[in-house]
Amino acid sequence: MIIPHPLLGPRDSQEFVYLGDASLINRPDWQAGDAADSFYEYQYLRDNPAGTHRELWYHEMGDRSWLIVTRNTVTHEIISAELANRQTAAAKTKSSRAGGRK
Amino acid sequence: MTQVNRLDGGLIDRNTPLSFSFDGRQLTGYAGDTLASALVANGIRLVGRSFKYHRPRGIISAGSEEPNGLVELRSGARREPNSRVTMTELFDGLDARSQNRWPSLGFDLMSVNDRLSSFLGAGFYYKTFMWPKKFWELVYEPIIRRAAGLGALSGEDDPDVYDRGYRHCDLLIIGAGPAGLMAALTAGRAGAEVILVDEDFRAGGRLTLETHDVGGMAGCDWADSAIAELSTMDNVRIMPRSTAIGVFDHGIYSVVERVADHLAVPQPGKPRQILWRVYAKRALLCAGATERLIAFDNNDRPGIMQAGAVRGFVNRYAAAPAERIAIFTNNDDGHRTAVDLAAAGIDVTAIIDSRDEAPASDVAEVLRGSVVSNSSGRLGLGHVTVRMAGGGHRHLDCGALAVSGGWNPNVHLTCHHRGRPVWQDDIAAFVPGDGGPAGLAVAGAARGIFSTAGALADGQAQAIAQLAEIGITAAASKMPEAESDDINITPMWHVGGTKRAWLDQQNDVTVKDIRQAHQENFRSVEHLKRYTTLGMAGDQGRTSNVLGLSIMAELTGKTIQETGTTIYRPPYTPTPIGVFAGRSTGADFRPTRLPPSHHWAVEQGAVFVEAGAWLRAQWYPREGETKWRQSVDREVLATRQSVGVCDVSTLGKIDIQGRGAAEFVNFVYSNGFATLPVGKTRYGLMLREDGMVMDDGTTARLGEDHFLMTTTTANAGGVYRHLEFVRQCLRPDLDVQLISATDSWAQFAVAGPNSRAVLQQLVDPQHDISNEAFPFMACGNITVCGGLPARLFRISFSGELAYEIAVPARYGDAMIRALMTAGEPYDITPYGTEALGVMRIEKGHVTGNELNGTITARNLGMEKMVSKKKDSIGAILSGREALVAEDGLCLVGLQALNGTDVTAGSHLFAVGTPVDAKHDQGYVTSAAYSPHLEASIGLGFITNGAARHGEIVRAMNPLQGRSAELKIVSPHFIDPEGDRLRA
Repeated sequence: MIIPHPLLGPRDSQEFVYLGDASLINRPDWQAGDAADSFYEYQYLRDNPAGTHRELWYHEMGDRSWLIVTRNTVTHEIISAELANRQTAAAKTKSSRAGGRK
Repeated sequence: MTQVNRLDGGLIDRNTPLSFSFDGRQLTGYAGDTLASALVANGIRLVGRSFKYHRPRGIISAGSEEPNGLVELRSGARREPNSRVTMTELFDGLDARSQNRWPSLGFDLMSVNDRLSSFLGAGFYYKTFMWPKKFWELVYEPIIRRAAGLGALSGEDDPDVYDRGYRHCDLLIIGAGPAGLMAALTAGRAGAEVILVDEDFRAGGRLTLETHDVGGMAGCDWADSAIAELSTMDNVRIMPRSTAIGVFDHGIYSVVERVADHLAVPQPGKPRQILWRVYAKRALLCAGATERLIAFDNNDRPGIMQAGAVRGFVNRYAAAPAERIAIFTNNDDGHRTAVDLAAAGIDVTAIIDSRDEAPASDVAEVLRGSVVSNSSGRLGLGHVTVRMAGGGHRHLDCGALAVSGGWNPNVHLTCHHRGRPVWQDDIAAFVPGDGGPAGLAVAGAARGIFSTAGALADGQAQAIAQLAEIGITAAASKMPEAESDDINITPMWHVGGTKRAWLDQQNDVTVKDIRQAHQENFRSVEHLKRYTTLGMAGDQGRTSNVLGLSIMAELTGKTIQETGTTIYRPPYTPTPIGVFAGRSTGADFRPTRLPPSHHWAVEQGAVFVEAGAWLRAQWYPREGETKWRQSVDREVLATRQSVGVCDVSTLGKIDIQGRGAAEFVNFVYSNGFATLPVGKTRYGLMLREDGMVMDDGTTARLGEDHFLMTTTTANAGGVYRHLEFVRQCLRPDLDVQLISATDSWAQFAVAGPNSRAVLQQLVDPQHDISNEAFPFMACGNITVCGGLPARLFRISFSGELAYEIAVPARYGDAMIRALMTAGEPYDITPYGTEALGVMRIEKGHVTGNELNGTITARNLGMEKMVSKKKDSIGAILSGREALVAEDGLCLVGLQALNGTDVTAGSHLFAVGTPVDAKHDQGYVTSAAYSPHLEASIGLGFITNGAARHGEIVRAMNPLQGRSAELKIVSPHFIDPEGDRLRA
């Protein structure tokens, strides 16, 4: 596969290490009352869709950036690739504006 | 022996005769021959024995689809079994032997299998070898293993080199027949970057095997002129002897180039084959088509061949398969063979055409509405029996039978992404369907356009269309004139009979086997394939699959389209494993990393061990030491008594800087780091989010916003990746930057009561490293040897007063020599990884042996190191109920009693309990002989271990057949109070 790196252009997937579902960036609040349950769900319960999937790829043989790649797991079509830190930072800004997570 | 079947003409170089041997017989051929054509020219029809029944078999094709002509090629270490004679270019001195026969090809004792065939039909493996059960391992499997397979490997290392390469292009064209050449000319003239690959050594595809004209010249001359024009274009790369074996996502193609297979040995410094990874914006499959046979009784006799191959041998190689040849066809293409054979002066016995409306022929009698129903002849064809339209039979004398059952487009690459071909009635064949790999188009015979004129026009049209998609405008040019005949096929798959009619000749699958699979309800094509092994041989059923499917379709009353095909997978043709390995073999399997003191250690005569990618000194034998334990025991005692030195540069070092560095480190370690003062080092425990221990190490605070983390050697890469994940994905709010510094610093552990005295000679005098000024766990930037920047850490893995000193990696060699000189008065002893391991076990420090991915902080007795007062990775889930159970595993020391030894991997049982999984209480993770205690000791985990010190348990190791009595003790065998560390 060829991953369209947002900074480096098209790169062979051999340069990357795959981690999994991009929901791993949404780490729960450790102080919440249901932290034990929410961490359990965060760690173990993930969707495994046949179709569009947001997933984490690490450019280990490149610039060491973590990417969120939106990919069709059936056709391997890659719909987008974004820097994970932008996504996380944006999500955190949004949630802090909304008064923080639960 | 002369070349009895050699004709005039052909594309061979009669000025370059080549000698070769087949089964020890010395023969000659010419440059331009394949081994197949040279065997044909020499009148050799019998080339092998079949896989299961050991039936005599001959060449049936002239291309890569060949199922029968498989030989052992070359000798010694270069011997290669199952080499296809049709793909083997003749070279001088070529040495080939037939396979799967004993004692000889003509007289094969295993042909008794053929008489036992009623016991060896489809599924016989599943039925015959089921009972008695214990016979499988003892009797059946060894026999089957001996009988299975065709050729044999040499058993020696492959002396040749294989390479990998990467290429990029606008348009990859697969196949250099009329469609491919026309596409290449069109794209090349438009300035596109083109790669043209072809599995043959001579471009032209079928044009090299046919006689008809293209553009007013012989087809092969037109192909040569096209190649000549393409060769002048800088933007076109022509790759002969190269097969596209697979299509991968996003325009990536695997191409195997056989650089030196046509030579006796590769040229010096050159690889035998190269695996190219081609990145193509667009690709065009012009792979042509493969002719199929028609099944009839005993249709596997040597001399029965594809009609297109028969005329191919005659036209291209001037090699006649026999003096008298009959033709059996269900379409017009068979008649073309008759014309070519007659033109070459070969006696065409008759054209047996199954169609009632077959055309007339000028060159031979046409037997309309007739079929070949049987063949005879010892070890080769002598006669065929023809069942006439009227019902009578005729016997025809012939040495070869040219069979044309129609042509199958080579759709394989279009199916590599699970695309399914579709049936096209007018040509009675599968053509590529929708849903092929994105960016791959098909042109010419590969999509069922069989005429030369059609292929030329389609090649050009498809090239223009593909280039337009990537913004390149290519112009149409005037098409060269060529034949545009239809093949007019009336499908005819098999002739009913009473004997066996072969479909898959490589795997010995017959029409009967398909019937049996149908009877036993293995009717889906995937079941059919696995039950009968149809299409599972090296040729992947290129000459047999469609025949088998059509027969299954008849039996089930379905159409062939409904019956469907099995899935084609890479590689398209058999490919040596070596080319996939490339240069990653032996010592080059992966890079070897050498610590900075490596060359010095070699000078000392050290014994080395692979530790991950690193080569580390394991121990340093001295004169007179004959056993490794002598060296290791000496190194341990010398270190504990005076001073030792060990290269620890391989430990991972991660430099962490930024205003958020302290919070970052505090987040990734379960124990607190926020309050670590500058100039101090702390042991850190790193958990995975699931609460298991991921790694451990010491982290030094070199400045307010500057930390240096160490990891275990094995986990350096994984921990770094994890930290980047935390930094980018979990805590992008922190201002922190990471860099791996593992390779930047040479680091040496200097351990033992005299370590300070040694270091004081090297550390520049302005740096006070006395116990008061530089206490246990201190760290700092210093200079050594008169101004060289260095870092000093007072940390200890051995349990002794110890330091680790780091200098820039390029000074590592100088530093170890300086340490050895400074340590001379104290008899400083270099120690390797074995002594390192002994000392850490004596001290009760854990490593990867203990941190095996299933161990929690609590198992290690470190539950207090998981802070509940802060957010850190793994803290929440390490509190899960099952992980905090009272009877959980607990790290303990183990000491062997009664002269027994501690063995890592043993499992622990309470005395008097049965040795079974139910009573398993734990296991031994590390073992060593402690010269300090003069005892065999170890570390391990046992349930409720902290409360069991003093108890005696049994250690069982059924794998090694060993057992031992062990006493549970504290994991700290020496200096449990840590007085030595602080001395």
